[in-house]
Amino acid sequence: MTLLPVNAPHPGFWTATGMIAAIILSSTTGEVLTAAAMKSIGDLDIIRAHSGLKGAIRAVLTCPLFFAGVFFLATAFFALLFALNHMDLSLVAPASASLTLVTNAIAAKLFLHENVDRRRWTAALFVCLGVYFLAH
Amino acid sequence: MAHHSLTARQYLILALVALCAPLGDTCLSRGMTHVAPISLAQPASLVAAVFTPWIALGIALLIGFFASYLTALSWADLTFVLPATAFGNVIVALLSRFWLHETISLQRWLGIALITIGVGFVANGPSLTERPQPADEAIPKEQLR
Repeated sequence: MTLLPVNAPHPGFWTATGMIAAIILSSTTGEVLTAAAMKSIGDLDIIRAHSGLKGAIRAVLTCPLFFAGVFFLATAFFALLFALNHMDLSLVAPASASLTLVTNAIAAKLFLHENVDRRRWTAALFVCLGVYFLAH
Repeated sequence: MAHHSLTARQYLILALVALCAPLGDTCLSRGMTHVAPISLAQPASLVAAVFTPWIALGIALLIGFFASYLTALSWADLTFVLPATAFGNVIVALLSRFWLHETISLQRWLGIALITIGVGFVANGPSLTERPQPADEAIPKEQLR
């Protein structure tokens, strides 16, 4: 593996869209599965108070849903590494981070049945726009 | 709906979530820009990249992020925790302005303001969706051994 900076040609519009979509889809799936796993386990602070750090770690590591979440988060991580290797951080980071906020809010409402009220939708949109402006 | 207020320790966990993620991402970016382009035909190169110093540091920070993130998700909603991760971008931008004396454009100040307002909206609301739950099912007994 060469450790020298190389000026690689930038990918086309559809390739770039596909790379960012892969990050968003796998990241949203992973975060929803992980959140569902942690809710099914219960408050880690309480578990740790009752059975120590080992008990808290055991509670997490014996939850199959957690590993499903980690699998998709790992896929998102390698999709991010792959995209960063072909595109600028200033495009990949804001596009994936801001769009993931919106897809997560939709998925949290649909699959986790979270109370995504007007306050949280507004917050998601403000943060989404904020991340976009901050990274440009 | 009951208002779930957070303790000082829980705010500390959210602060770790906010800080570790952007710092880790920055290390990853620095590491990946010094690696030759990797194609899908050579997935082993992607794994080899993990062992370069900047990417290894980035991964260490992201492990710290993940541990705090899991803890936060055990007592708060996903839509409450996620804006906290975005607030880390504001912290990094402010550090670069006041510590590294970098210039921040008007557009970036607008971004900082929007994220701060967005996080403020969520932080003022309940951290967890209220669900009817029988008292004896709050924590499974096998996890309290």
